[in-house]
Amino acid sequence: MRIRARGPQGIVEGDMTPMIDCAFQLISFFMFVINFSEVETDQRVNLPMSELARPPEAPYEQPLTIHLTDDDHFIYGGRELPTLAELRSELLQETQIIKRHTSKKVAEVTVIIRADEDAKTGMVQRVIQACQRLEFEKFALRGKQSEVSTERP
Amino acid sequence: MKFTSHQRREDIIVQMTPMIDIVFQLMFFFLFTFKIALPEGDFSIRMPSSKSSSGAPSETPLLKVRLRATPEGELAGVQLGDVAFNGAAPFQQLHSKLRGLIPDEAGPGSSDQEVEIEADFNLKYRYAMSAITAITGYIDENGARHTLVERVRFAPLGE
Repeated sequence: MRIRARGPQGIVEGDMTPMIDCAFQLISFFMFVINFSEVETDQRVNLPMSELARPPEAPYEQPLTIHLTDDDHFIYGGRELPTLAELRSELLQETQIIKRHTSKKVAEVTVIIRADEDAKTGMVQRVIQACQRLEFEKFALRGKQSEVSTERP
Repeated sequence: MKFTSHQRREDIIVQMTPMIDIVFQLMFFFLFTFKIALPEGDFSIRMPSSKSSSGAPSETPLLKVRLRATPEGELAGVQLGDVAFNGAAPFQQLHSKLRGLIPDEAGPGSSDQEVEIEADFNLKYRYAMSAITAITGYIDENGARHTLVERVRFAPLGE
């Protein structure tokens, strides 16, 4: 029996259009939802919930962000500081920079405090007290926005 | 003048591979940097140190909220002045009591009432945040936000 060749075999090209469509839609989705303003967040801190916590109407002008973890460690400028004395010394340097190189008063600078929901309230107060001694007056206690009431513990 | 037509037109094949490469790289970048996080918000408070306090003293008497903690840092009790709130929802009771004391019909900032929170050192911060929420305002049934007390501060810590 003679086997007939099926003729010239062309290159089979799959239709790429639907895949490219999907890929572009995915990219567009991620581009719209990505939020680069979350650079000051830290995964080690799980914020407490509050239905009244709202983003500020105007962004703070060069705020200082202090994170407080549930094991009483501080995170400032990307560095983990185990003691309040170290945080104090970092903040002291910061106040000197503000006084020397900017026209702003220290009291005009907002200190954002991102404390973990299981952190001790006393530690938050100590952070505030340390800032107050360095003439900071404006504080923003950060919480996670909640749709449900948090008044029931 | 006679234009010579090109007899043999070659099909232009667009190379899709580099574009698909880039598209996938972008997609993986966004996929790996994507994280689902609830939006964050702030409670803005102005707390000058007692030495440098320049704000005019409030004419209304200061309300003191006391938050007591168990040794584990859980909430043991809430007190407004001498009134203790017990039960399942002490912060709701605190909020109701404050709404009875402070008139807020005139709009936000109409009351210069100041509230001081005195919390046990080891109290978990989430309870302090709940107390601040209960003190500072409420959201009505239409979803509108109302401010009750704007001036909230922590009691100074003992050394």
